[in-house]
Amino acid sequence: MTTAAATIAATIPREISPGRRALGRLARRRGAMIALAVVVFFVILALLAPGIAPYDPLATSWSAVRKAPTGAHWFGTDEIGRDVLSRVVWGTRASLLAGVVSVSISLMFGVPIGLLAGYVGGWVDALISRMTDAMLACPFLILAIALAAFLGPSLTNAMIAIGISATPIFVRLTRAQVLQVKVEDYVEAARAVGNSQLRIALRHVLPNIVPPLIVQATLAIAAAIIAEAALSFLGLGQQPPAPSWGSMLNTAKNYIDNAPWMAVWPGVSIFLLVLSFNLLGDGLRDAFDPRQR
Amino acid sequence: MLNYLLHRLATILPTLFFVSVLIFGLQQLLPGDPAMILAGEERDPTVIAHLHQKLHLDEPLPIRYLYWAGGVLKGDLGESVRIQKPVLELIVEKLPVTLELALLAIVIALTIGITAGIVSAVAKDSAWDYAANVFALWGLSTPNFWLGIMLILLFSVTLGWLPASGYVSPFEDLKANLAAMIMPAFVLGNAIAAVLMRHTRSAMLQVLSADYVRTARAKGLDERVVVLKHALRNALTPVITLGALEFGTLLSGAVLTEQVFTIPGFGKLIVDAVFNRDYAVVQGVVLCTATAYITLNLLADMAYFLVNPRLRDTHA
Repeated sequence: MTTAAATIAATIPREISPGRRALGRLARRRGAMIALAVVVFFVILALLAPGIAPYDPLATSWSAVRKAPTGAHWFGTDEIGRDVLSRVVWGTRASLLAGVVSVSISLMFGVPIGLLAGYVGGWVDALISRMTDAMLACPFLILAIALAAFLGPSLTNAMIAIGISATPIFVRLTRAQVLQVKVEDYVEAARAVGNSQLRIALRHVLPNIVPPLIVQATLAIAAAIIAEAALSFLGLGQQPPAPSWGSMLNTAKNYIDNAPWMAVWPGVSIFLLVLSFNLLGDGLRDAFDPRQR
Repeated sequence: MLNYLLHRLATILPTLFFVSVLIFGLQQLLPGDPAMILAGEERDPTVIAHLHQKLHLDEPLPIRYLYWAGGVLKGDLGESVRIQKPVLELIVEKLPVTLELALLAIVIALTIGITAGIVSAVAKDSAWDYAANVFALWGLSTPNFWLGIMLILLFSVTLGWLPASGYVSPFEDLKANLAAMIMPAFVLGNAIAAVLMRHTRSAMLQVLSADYVRTARAKGLDERVVVLKHALRNALTPVITLGALEFGTLLSGAVLTEQVFTIPGFGKLIVDAVFNRDYAVVQGVVLCTATAYITLNLLADMAYFLVNPRLRDTHA
């Protein structure tokens, strides 16, 4: 490279990708960053649960039934002497797993179906849209309860039920985004140079609708965590004795007058994790918003 | 108006068809012979044979759907295998309790949500605005079944002010009824208040910067009159319409709230049905909620159409 060319290259600012710019804006949002730190904290808790939990979450002790918090049991013990802190730590796994797996199921089905509806249009769009409306007409949790009831109570079935119930939201969002993007000049250009329809949909349309999907997925994880806790609370999610925040609350409500600590910590954990995903989702939405540039 | 109504009905009918297919399809998720499962734990061969005949289980799937849908159209949602009563009768029996809970929850949600939304918009970027936004995030992130347990701990166990559970009909004892319903109604209304607050704030911010509000201020009108009479009246229309969409949240929330406070309503009916493997009741409840949701959306759309002159002109 000649000296002149090198000088010109140095004076032209390097193009920063929109994704990087959005991440930069996200990093400047204190609330979103604190939320991210809380989410990371819970992820670490879930991954390192065997090392972090002070006791076996399933180990019962008849000499320590419903003991208030002490130095030995920071969060107290439950109705059969199990350590509440250890169960809260292990319960993080069920909640995070339910959040991530359910939303992955919704994305796996919702995005391709929404892409098909928005891109192909016509009767395919009309058919998919009416089916989406039908699913959205059934309240989210009631549909999840019905699905979990027919599939049978277990954490896996609860995740499938939540994932299916949340799918129409992603179908609708993807379809709406595709309708906006497919009339853009660069899509027209891709069509003009002879790209196949499939290639245009996957290489030119899909990457440009990712930001709103990321935002919705983050918020959907929060909703899925609450839904899993709700299903476990009703006895349709994680089955005892395996620890889950929802089933811990279900048991705790029977001992609220003499062991209130059993109800406090699982609830605080759900609240903190859901709040963090909601804050992170709000932060991502602002960071991806073109008006913020 | 008639054109608009016909147009909306044209989109609703296929949706209702797919809702019925979805709910009928739930039964197909049962592993093995549905009659064996529906017959309960005793698995009496006579009952199984009767169910086979009644549910037309030996017929092909589309024919079975037609039989089922035909029954639904005539108001036959099946029979509860546990309580031995028609599902529709059970739903009608439980509905008033849930409706009262829902009505009280909506009153609480509207009072808190709209007030917080107005304050937040009028005092934008102030401590009030910040507090209202924190309240909204709290409402959206708190699992209502946990909030219910915490309120029982505070108001029933610690202070002894309110009953922890149970239900008394308002026709028997109104005071006892309100004492039993106030906590569940607050729990249920809390999340919806948060959503309404966000809608109200955003609608008020838009309206407050409109020309007619600036004109009202320029005329020297009192700020309270400007906010409550000129701005709020226009901001409330989209809020109420969007609020109608929260009907699903209300019913989902009612399932959990009724469970926490042992209220014998619609929500408790579906949960008990799930555990009793009373699948006809589960299907019936889902069908009724979906139909109610679609009808309510239609009514909200019609109301919006009636109060919005621009929309009326477009479809005239």
